[in-house]
Amino acid sequence: MTQNKPNIQSYIKIENNEIVLNGTSAFKTEPTDFADFAKQAYRNFEMQYPKFFKMDALSKLAFLGSELLLSPITSTEDENNIALVLANKSSSLDTDVKYQESISDKENYFPSPAVFVYTLPNICLGEISIRHQLKSENSFFIFDAFNGEFLSNYSNILLNTNKADLVLCGWTEFFNDNYKAFLCIISAAENENYKNENINTLYHK
Amino acid sequence: METLQEKSKFKMLREIYITETNCITPLGFDVESNIEAILRGDSGIQLHNDISLMPNSFYASIISDEKINSSFSKISTETKYSRLEKMMILALEPIIKNSKVELNSKTAFILSTTKGNITALAHDSEESFNNAHLDVLAKNVSAFFGFQTQPIVVSNACVSGILAVSVAKRMIQSELYDNVFVVAGDEVSQFVLSGFNAFQAMSELPCKPYSKNRTGVSLGEATAAVLVSAEAKNAKIKVIGDSSINDANHISGPSRTGEGLFRSIQNALKEAQIEANKLDYISAHGTATPYNDEMEAIALNRLDLQNVPVNSLKGFYGHTLGASGLLETVIAIESANRNILFESKGFDEIGVSESINVIEKNEEANIEIFLKTASGFGGCNTAVVFEKVK
Repeated sequence: MTQNKPNIQSYIKIENNEIVLNGTSAFKTEPTDFADFAKQAYRNFEMQYPKFFKMDALSKLAFLGSELLLSPITSTEDENNIALVLANKSSSLDTDVKYQESISDKENYFPSPAVFVYTLPNICLGEISIRHQLKSENSFFIFDAFNGEFLSNYSNILLNTNKADLVLCGWTEFFNDNYKAFLCIISAAENENYKNENINTLYHK
Repeated sequence: METLQEKSKFKMLREIYITETNCITPLGFDVESNIEAILRGDSGIQLHNDISLMPNSFYASIISDEKINSSFSKISTETKYSRLEKMMILALEPIIKNSKVELNSKTAFILSTTKGNITALAHDSEESFNNAHLDVLAKNVSAFFGFQTQPIVVSNACVSGILAVSVAKRMIQSELYDNVFVVAGDEVSQFVLSGFNAFQAMSELPCKPYSKNRTGVSLGEATAAVLVSAEAKNAKIKVIGDSSINDANHISGPSRTGEGLFRSIQNALKEAQIEANKLDYISAHGTATPYNDEMEAIALNRLDLQNVPVNSLKGFYGHTLGASGLLETVIAIESANRNILFESKGFDEIGVSESINVIEKNEEANIEIFLKTASGFGGCNTAVVFEKVK
């Protein structure tokens, strides 16, 4: 099997208090922390999904990105076989550190199940799957830095072996209020708009 | 035309084998000693009193530090490795050596874990914090052996270990690699014990998968390693189908209808071109929580698999999180090649609403094709179908 260039259908970037959708700024705030930025973005796009406020920061970041890419293409009536392939460097460490603090002090020992459940990076895949009813392939990977080659290859494998019709893949990194998300939809069919682009060029753009 | 091309590609995919296996558990530091212990009915689950891990006494399957250190000292004098890194290196070392596979650009390394070096977070230093990163863990283990390719870390809760086999298979089929060494590992830690306890998911006695009086998990720790390869020589088993489908239902509990597991098994069988009635054995997840075991029984019944002999190995090893799927695959491969169904330890009286055929004692049986499943937080599920090599 030869590896084809991934066919990017649409992409989104979230960093520095801004959401850029398909190369165009879609939402921007004054410099603020991620919690506030995420809340403003949620309101701006009228997402109407109260579960959002229970999520940890990594899930909120992945949710915001996937929401704008998936909402236009998912249907509530039909099955959507859209695989989820996400990766980052810091896994769920942002929440892991918070959870560790809740058990480190014997005087103030309070492990919370609601926090513990988010000490897994793949929880954000579950959140996206629930939101868009994606009963589909999903996996979370960790690399020391953005690995566009792996994401492209693995997404193409899922498409070429008919394990998915579309793939939402990307990088969702969050630690200590530093964040960057880059997500894109990949399909078997070519899209004229991104003929000369690949995941790496779009990520670094 | 594109579609025809895709279809022909699908049929031409390479065949995938597991050619080497190993595991490091409280029952033994190689596969043979683990099988002997299982046949004797030994369990790694013991009562522990260790306030650095839990305020109260608890049942868990824990490896002795002394045994890890003495075994590790036989292969390296380095002192920089964490306990989990030593366990992973010990699992990989003999199989890399035996395989004689060259660690070149066509040999990948996948590390799968749920929590990795999470114990490093308990120490408040920058260096220690750095070690809690999974890419650092993977780099440390990879550098010990000198892999030339960048390590791939799979961290997908409790399906990690078996999902890593799927990922390896897929990458070899796409011809990116010819060989993939897969290691899976997790430790019993204060972090994980307190979390499962907070969920009230811990059993007060050694866990009893699928039983009427089951009350939850016993945690465990282990590492396991396999070589997934396109090379049929010395193959222990063939990997013939796989799938990992999310429930899209709840982040901390399984779907009541077992939807994701049902679909994962269905897809894996379809890819393997195997009818459900051809399965001789199922190595299931069986954590012994009320909801998980019930969900599995429902999914198996929906697929008409209620009469296929099934076990959970959690009664021997506890729930070893991300390691469990790979460890249990290593044991299931032995089950198939020795034609012995191992007892589902801890089982007494059926305690799931839809009947399943839980293996009550070790028995001989011809095993040609078996299924391995796992499920985890985040609604994830994985199913992989294996076939004995003729």
